[in-house]
Amino acid sequence: MIKILKKYEDAIYSLAAILLAFLVGAVLIQLSGFSVIKAYTALFDGAFGSVFNLTQTFMNTIPLIFTGLAVAIGFKSGLFNIGGEGQMYLGAFATAITAIYLGFLPGYILIPLALIMGGFAGSAWGFLPGYLKAKTGAHEVVTTIMMNYIGILATSYLLLKYFKEEGPIPQTVLIPESARLPELIEYSRLTWAIFIAVFVIIIIDIFFKHTKLGYEIQTVGENRSAAEYAGINSNKMMVFSMMISGFVAGLAGSTIVMGVLHRFITNFSPGYGFTGIAVAVLGKNKPWGVFFAAILFGALQTGGITMQLFAKIPMDLMVVIQGLVILFVAAPILIKKLLRK
Amino acid sequence: MNNLFGLYNPEEGEIFLRGKPCKIDNPSKAIKLGLGMIHQHFMLIDRLTTTENIIVGEEPLKNGLIDMRKAREQVKQISNKYHLTVKTDERIENISVGEQQRVEILKVLYRKAEILIFDEPTAVLTPQEVNNLFTTLRELKAGGKTIIFITHKLEETMKISDRVTVLRKGKVIGTVNTYDTNPKKLARMMVGREVLLNVNKEKGNVGDNVLEVKNLSLAGKHKNLLLKNIDITIRKGEIVGIAGVSGNGQLELEECIAGLRKVTSGKIILDDVDITHASTGIRRKRGLSHIPSDRLKRGLVPSYDLAKNIILGSQNSFTKNGFLQKNDINEYCKKVVEKFDVRCQSLNDTVDNLSGGNQQKLVIGRELSTDPKFILAAQPTRGVDVGAIEFIHKNILEMRKQNKAILLISAELEELLSLADKILVIYEGEIVSKKNNYTKEELGLLMAGKKVSAEEKLETGNSIQND
Repeated sequence: MIKILKKYEDAIYSLAAILLAFLVGAVLIQLSGFSVIKAYTALFDGAFGSVFNLTQTFMNTIPLIFTGLAVAIGFKSGLFNIGGEGQMYLGAFATAITAIYLGFLPGYILIPLALIMGGFAGSAWGFLPGYLKAKTGAHEVVTTIMMNYIGILATSYLLLKYFKEEGPIPQTVLIPESARLPELIEYSRLTWAIFIAVFVIIIIDIFFKHTKLGYEIQTVGENRSAAEYAGINSNKMMVFSMMISGFVAGLAGSTIVMGVLHRFITNFSPGYGFTGIAVAVLGKNKPWGVFFAAILFGALQTGGITMQLFAKIPMDLMVVIQGLVILFVAAPILIKKLLRK
Repeated sequence: MNNLFGLYNPEEGEIFLRGKPCKIDNPSKAIKLGLGMIHQHFMLIDRLTTTENIIVGEEPLKNGLIDMRKAREQVKQISNKYHLTVKTDERIENISVGEQQRVEILKVLYRKAEILIFDEPTAVLTPQEVNNLFTTLRELKAGGKTIIFITHKLEETMKISDRVTVLRKGKVIGTVNTYDTNPKKLARMMVGREVLLNVNKEKGNVGDNVLEVKNLSLAGKHKNLLLKNIDITIRKGEIVGIAGVSGNGQLELEECIAGLRKVTSGKIILDDVDITHASTGIRRKRGLSHIPSDRLKRGLVPSYDLAKNIILGSQNSFTKNGFLQKNDINEYCKKVVEKFDVRCQSLNDTVDNLSGGNQQKLVIGRELSTDPKFILAAQPTRGVDVGAIEFIHKNILEMRKQNKAILLISAELEELLSLADKILVIYEGEIVSKKNNYTKEELGLLMAGKKVSAEEKLETGNSIQND
């Protein structure tokens, strides 16, 4: 019994943190003069109430799975990759350009190719901070934040200068039908991207549990001195993990372009890269943990809009709940004390 | 002991102080109750002066500012009372380990501690400094203080204590008066069976050179030399010992040989191949095994389970097509755990749940199971109980019998004297002496940086006897 509890300790703490966040959120909603029941019903309804709402939730969940995984992968080697946002923009851009210029290729080649190009672009954007860390010791938090600005603005610049569609909106032309991810449910934005996300989760899970490279990367993250003692090249491992992390973050951009927007548009992201940090924290940096955490954050995002529209409760309260979840997850001692009592 | 000082909270049971039950749930409460702890690893702030370190947290104030003059006076007063001489305005980073320990003692006395807890206080001291510490302890005792002295060294227990309580696996085995017991009896209590305190030295077949360190130097951050022209040769079936007070270049030497630090000049040759610039991974492939001096920092990944720790460093031999082979790993790990008597519930336990002795046996088992040519054993028995020490010594000697070359870096004189065929003394990064036979006193003096002349030897020999 205790063993089982121990195995799911992380999950139990995360669930407790979520519950607690909703409780405190309820108090805040009440204090702000709204009805708690109305708010939470609208929230739940908005997120899961209909097939359409559900597809919306998953549409928001998919990029968070990728960006959350990206942060978790960085964490495995002891690095804090805050550069998911920039890596995602690079991925989206590379995918869009590939799909547009190689549009003559058949879908079964074009789709994987466009995905991989997006991954590589993100990977390159992750490589740089990793390399700088290994060579010069430059802190990855600082460099990845800076790389975000460069990534977002550089793609904007390239778009405006070379790839902009005629018209007032800063966007590329639509990518060809053959490069679009098929919809799971007609007229919804839930596409095959969800399978790609789950596939990547499975791969990453296996990678860290069963491969030598995964073992070595984790060893660097858990105890860098011991890794070096064992003959593991910790610098190389950190660069690797940043590249894998960047690859996965790049896929967030790729799947948005191929599944939702069907083109690259400047400033398309509502901060998926940053929310990915929260997702990774809530998911305890475990691939399947990230999956469930991403669903929660996706649901909050989607349900929050409904809540604002129909219950007239400001969306900001959802952001507050998101913040509270992270606060309680990051303060496990608080939860432990509460659970013990 | 951390329980007593409020760092951990007990699940059950009570602590009685002066006849009254009391609950100590944090260190500041412990301090209020008159307890003071001198930790094995000093809790001092290097950049601050001795006085600042002593008063930190309980600074005498004047108009809201720290009254340094008063602080200095108070420190001087206490240090005079117990003959604990320290330079009041020197930074911690500039004073010796022995003096740092005196600062730690002053720190608890400044907080008016009546009960002083010493956790392995002699681990970092030279024999001479140990004698000074014991003098201090006797003075504190005469001054009416109560002292709890935690050690795994039998000799010290016999020398300094009035009463001994033996703990084994977290349980009290018994309490005896020191004058009623002897080291042999204590060892039996600690281990639960007869212990051979002296190992039989059986010579190996000394053969060809395996490891040669030639004229090795290492420069520090400020171009100061941490290691100076070190020459060491170790042959097959030979144990070469490095004696020295910790902090005299042993760690640097260890790291240079293991490939964890780049040397400034000189050469390291393993089995006729120059490995001076080779990576740690390549050195391991060529037959290096390394028992690191800091097992928690270097030797283990505490959050990993036993199996993952046992393949650390040899993970390549358990990999097929990039995947780790679970079955091979489990089989191998079972063997290592069994052979080296690592007590655990399962291979899936994390190693931070193991006792220090079992952790060390795990490291040693891992390193000795890879059929190495050369074994770099640094402080192999640091912080483990007598039973484990005996076991580790047996295994190191077994390795010599199998004609491995072994470099034994140790701060334990008995260990060096009983295991090593040859002992080099390191002082401030330099090998100051090299002989096959030493007396303990001689080694102690050399470690403290004194050149041994005939007169001096006589003099200190006497003073130690007087003690």
